[in-house]
Amino acid sequence: MANENNTISITYREAIKQALRDALRADERVFLMGEDVGRYGGAFAVSKGLLEEFGPDRIMDTPLSESGFVGAGIGAAIAGMRPVVEVMTVNFSLLAMDQIVNNAATLLHMSGGQVNVPVVIRMNSGLGRQLAAQHSHSWESFYAHIPGLKVLSAGTHEDARGMLLAALKEPDPVVIFEYTAMLNLEGKIPAGAGIVEIQKAAIRREGKDISIITYGPGVYKSLEAANELAKLGIDAEVVDLRVLRPLDESCFLQSVRKTHRALVVEEAWRSVSISAEISSRIMEQAFYELDAPVHRLCGVEVPMPYPKHLEDISVPQAGDIVNMIKKILQHD
Amino acid sequence: MKEEEIRQLVCQLLKQVAPDSEPEKLAEDDIIRDVLGIDSFDALQFLMALDERTGVDIPEEDYGKISTLAKVVEYVGRKIIRFPEDHHPCRF
Amino acid sequence: MIEFRMPSLGADMEDGTLVEWLVKPGAAVKRGDIIAQVDTQKGLIDIEIFEEGVVKELLVGEGEKVPVGKTLAVLDSTEHRVGIKASPLAKRMAAEKDIDLALVTGTGEGGAITKEDVEKAAAAVISAKIEKTAQVDEKKEATELLETSSARHNIRQAIASAMSKSNREIPHYYLETKIDLTRSLAWLTETNRERTVKNRLLPVVLLIRAVALALKKVPELNAWYENGLVKKEEINIGFVVSLRGGGVMIPAIRDAGGKSLDELMTALNDMIPRARAMKLRSSELVNTTITITSLGEGQVELVYGVIYPPQVALVGFGAILEQPWAENGMLNVRKTVSVTLAADHRATDGMTGSRFLTELNSLLQTPGSL
Repeated sequence: MANENNTISITYREAIKQALRDALRADERVFLMGEDVGRYGGAFAVSKGLLEEFGPDRIMDTPLSESGFVGAGIGAAIAGMRPVVEVMTVNFSLLAMDQIVNNAATLLHMSGGQVNVPVVIRMNSGLGRQLAAQHSHSWESFYAHIPGLKVLSAGTHEDARGMLLAALKEPDPVVIFEYTAMLNLEGKIPAGAGIVEIQKAAIRREGKDISIITYGPGVYKSLEAANELAKLGIDAEVVDLRVLRPLDESCFLQSVRKTHRALVVEEAWRSVSISAEISSRIMEQAFYELDAPVHRLCGVEVPMPYPKHLEDISVPQAGDIVNMIKKILQHD
Repeated sequence: MKEEEIRQLVCQLLKQVAPDSEPEKLAEDDIIRDVLGIDSFDALQFLMALDERTGVDIPEEDYGKISTLAKVVEYVGRKIIRFPEDHHPCRF
Repeated sequence: MIEFRMPSLGADMEDGTLVEWLVKPGAAVKRGDIIAQVDTQKGLIDIEIFEEGVVKELLVGEGEKVPVGKTLAVLDSTEHRVGIKASPLAKRMAAEKDIDLALVTGTGEGGAITKEDVEKAAAAVISAKIEKTAQVDEKKEATELLETSSARHNIRQAIASAMSKSNREIPHYYLETKIDLTRSLAWLTETNRERTVKNRLLPVVLLIRAVALALKKVPELNAWYENGLVKKEEINIGFVVSLRGGGVMIPAIRDAGGKSLDELMTALNDMIPRARAMKLRSSELVNTTITITSLGEGQVELVYGVIYPPQVALVGFGAILEQPWAENGMLNVRKTVSVTLAADHRATDGMTGSRFLTELNSLLQTPGSL
């Protein structure tokens, strides 16, 4: 709904669907493929109605074979199409990892620059509603590890609305992480929102006391925490990484150079994670700007539990961020 | 100078000498030095200030007569002749 | 090089038997590590080391009984400003602003020094400089302003470190005597009777004056111990001022030997309030040649002080109390003060201390000459 500021209220799910629709309309080479994306409307109802609108050639249901259909998507991209491949959850993407890592990410290099792979692979990440240990993990770091891939994380409605359109303009493979837990979240975006740039991290809130560096669902939780902290007189800056590979390090380094303190927040497991990488880069390049050790809030290192209350405490929540920052700042 | 004014002045001077203490909470019969933790040096500073403000110079042999708030107020009230114009308590 | 000695685990301990070494040569040790077990009259005691270093050589074998103070082992020091925890930013800023981090109190995580702490310290230095500029004409001496609550904390740390060092390094000996103050106090009452409150003297001024004069007779106690006894010309008496919030400041009365009773009283009137407000000048905190601690009021008779290194003596006065006094075969009640001398046995011996206390007593019996 439009209001006087010319913004509209929209769910995260609807933002993705509008992006898909825009993409399908804009370029005939674009098609969507994945499990249940057609007739069922998407496992998370993201593509509901698109089959009716664009037909079965462009909204393609695939068998339950991630390796097969992701490979097909890569082939189609090489052949000149602009496929959008949906992998239901990052957990399932492991079956397609060989295709993504050994083919999509390497072919440009192995062909001496002759073969680009302009495939876009979307996958849902993180916990949803009690989907337990085989559907709920946050494995952005697996893909952020791979040279040859661009890895995006849509932590805001605007990015859910715009990242896909930008990704389709890339000549090389792009993995976009969307977040199951955010699908029903309402947010405001400009009425004319569309394509966004996908090179840079973004400051979602300016502050001077500490930099919260995060991505995905960490963004809205950190903003919530920052609002709480503001009541205590603590002015937190929130950095949304957005692009997990290649990292826009100048953004968060600049932020840390301003605030001199950093907390990295992610839902993923701590060990060998994005937060580990961020922390490292801060140490390497902004050590003499640090007024406190870099701290991290990460997911608890267990397979995601099923019960709601355990699910809730297995990832950082806004309250945890508030408490951690109070501790870092020695706020009584 | 009224009794109440003297009491206020005494408390104020005690506070100056022992800034962390709470002379305003002194009971009339508390032994000031014990309750406020005032040593002989502080006591002398207090007496000097009291002399400066009231013109009452309390000799050593009378130190025993001013051990409590009630006693100081009574003592000063008795000895005070005139309050020097330029040291009027209403001005602080 | 650090010499690790048989510690004194109480005034009554003379020797101990080294039962077991818990470290070998080459071992890195840090403050608080237990490095040996020693059998004493109080049982088997774990012995800690208070410095950081690498054990070079063990000089005493297991089972050997050795006197207190005997070197047990030597260590190579690796202590370089160990224990200062500061953020990288704070360190960088301190270097830029020329702030000594050892003097800054950390308020960050785990007591780490943060940017804010350095900024506060820098601000304090600036105000100290302003103070200094303001006083340059008046007093041609370096001034330094000690300020804020971090100063109080620093004081605690300074006391802790100085007193630990003292107990660790200085073999103290103690002498005590009781002095009849009847004559002195009578003289004081007389003189105060003629004085207005502004000019009145406190008994402690007589004590300070007597100490200064006694030191002229026994100059070995007005000294520093730095690789041997170094006698000092000027008598700068440190006077212990207790702070209300805890802690002590020990401003020195410069040239106490050259000051009359009135001048000493003036010095105290000037110094004590400033000490309590922690606004002393650096010159009042260094060059002290001996320390006096006076318990003043209360019922405590004796104080066994800890010498402030590198000084070699501390004179402690207990409360002035009425005591039974035997003299010329008669028993009487007198106002007395108990005086304790704590002295560095490396620098002087009991005989020196005894001469000092005797002289002090005789001075206080003739107050007119003070």
